Amino acid sequence: MAMLAVENLHVSYGHVHALKGITFELKEGEILALLGANGAGKSTTLRAISGLVAPRAGRILFAGKDLGKVPAHEIVRMGVAHAPEGRRVFATLTVEENLILGGYSRGRDRKGLEETRRQVYELFPRLYERRRQLAGTLSGGEQQMLSIGRALMAAPRLLLLDEPSLGLAPLLVREIFQTIKEINARGVTILLVEQNARAALRLAHRGVVLEAGRMVLAGSARELLGDERVKKAYLGEK
Amino acid sequence: MSRGWHNWDPRYLKLAYLALGVGAVAYPFLANTYWIDVANFFGIYVLLGLSLNIIVGYVGLFNLGQAAFYAVGAYSTAILNTAFHIPVLWLLPLSGLLAALMGYLISRPILHLRGDYLCIVTIGFGEIMRITLNNNPFGLTGGPNGIMGIARPEILGFRLFQPHHYYYFIWLIVLLTVIALKRLENSRIGRAWHYIREDELAAAAMGIDVNRMKLLAFMLGAGLAGVAGNIYATKMTVIAPESFSFWESVVMFTIVVLGGPGSIPGVVVGTLCMVVLPELFREFAKARMLVFGLAMILMMIFRPEGLWPARRYREEIRSAKEELPAGQKPETLSGA
Repeated sequence: MAMLAVENLHVSYGHVHALKGITFELKEGEILALLGANGAGKSTTLRAISGLVAPRAGRILFAGKDLGKVPAHEIVRMGVAHAPEGRRVFATLTVEENLILGGYSRGRDRKGLEETRRQVYELFPRLYERRRQLAGTLSGGEQQMLSIGRALMAAPRLLLLDEPSLGLAPLLVREIFQTIKEINARGVTILLVEQNARAALRLAHRGVVLEAGRMVLAGSARELLGDERVKKAYLGEK
Repeated sequence: MSRGWHNWDPRYLKLAYLALGVGAVAYPFLANTYWIDVANFFGIYVLLGLSLNIIVGYVGLFNLGQAAFYAVGAYSTAILNTAFHIPVLWLLPLSGLLAALMGYLISRPILHLRGDYLCIVTIGFGEIMRITLNNNPFGLTGGPNGIMGIARPEILGFRLFQPHHYYYFIWLIVLLTVIALKRLENSRIGRAWHYIREDELAAAAMGIDVNRMKLLAFMLGAGLAGVAGNIYATKMTVIAPESFSFWESVVMFTIVVLGGPGSIPGVVVGTLCMVVLPELFREFAKARMLVFGLAMILMMIFRPEGLWPARRYREEIRSAKEELPAGQKPETLSGA
């Protein structure tokens, strides 16, 4: 059984029909890259999965359970964590306080939380160095690390990453992607939204390409990297 | 991070608290009746400011109809006491509960509204409440004349009626409220409110039940205003709709914003400015609104975070310079 199954998902914002029937599956332990241009519906897909927007039609099944009517905070509890677009760290809280907040859904499991925090610091040593610093004073790359680390604090089975490379220097992008691979190796399934298609496909097992709210391509990362249309539209090759 | 009262040597802080406590206990022996009564109103408005501070300061929901909950507390006390002769002290928690219930009923359908939209709805609710009270529904509220003959509270046979009785009663309740709110601030609930105020979407994505937390804030805020309403009703023994007008809501809102949203000492300082200072300048009564307007404008220019801001707000403004290691400049963030 797939860990996540999205079936014919439709989402509208008022009159704007953002997603027009998307279907894909995500197996346990996999990294799936969700690619596409601006406004293709990538972030909307993530928001629908984590319950931040309500689907208009279609189903989202997580471990066989329909998430359609489940509120966002319950979805976190079920094991889906979302590192939202633009990082959205709490600028007035310290790095450590941000991480504590990430574990909010786990209540008073103090030991488990401490252990997860240790793991997050291990993944991102930079965060440990800056743990007493206010998140608003971190660099863009560090904020991205914090956003991912905060999501990990919920001890998710499925991690939704929205544009982790946004606005980062190429060197940092490589570092972040390396860490994402490491997170995956530790057993977290990842749904990755990216504009940086090449980097995403090198990391992911499979990819799905969206265009104006519809799915236009799906396949293994290798296939997509070699596909002429993908090359032309997203990899900048002729 | 070496400035601010909370970084003082704890011994001095303890001394300061002690001096404040002794001063507060001795005050009725030193002041005349008029000034004791000013202090009583000071206390009632601190309670009201604290009640609105939960909604506006902690969670960041704009509410300009808080007087309505104050009215619910006062009128439930008045009606239940005059009609059924229930002792008013028993009605203290009950009127809080009734106001909290009203807070629930009102906020439930409008919680998804944001900022100014929520504000407009709460203004509307406040006005509906005032007009309803004025129209004497089912002969309950006495119309524009209000309700007279509300009993005084009795504690173990001791009847509170003198201003200095009320002084101790009111400030004891203020003290208990402040202790409770302090604890609440640092609890899971308090932190959840803080997160929601900072970034609602991110808070939801972290597993916080945003709607429930907002609802809770409205209920607690309304309940506390209801308690203040009970005290007001028993202190005055007469209540009328004009005491719960839009202006009252504005005063409460100003107390919170002026002092610094989310800050308990801020509420006290804000109330001092809004309730006590006008008493000191009675001679200038005619120019009061003018001075008031000017003060507001100056505040917005020179101290937008409030007179005594919550620690967070202060940090937000100063941290960029202080928290970075030496020799490192703050970085400009894209999209942050």
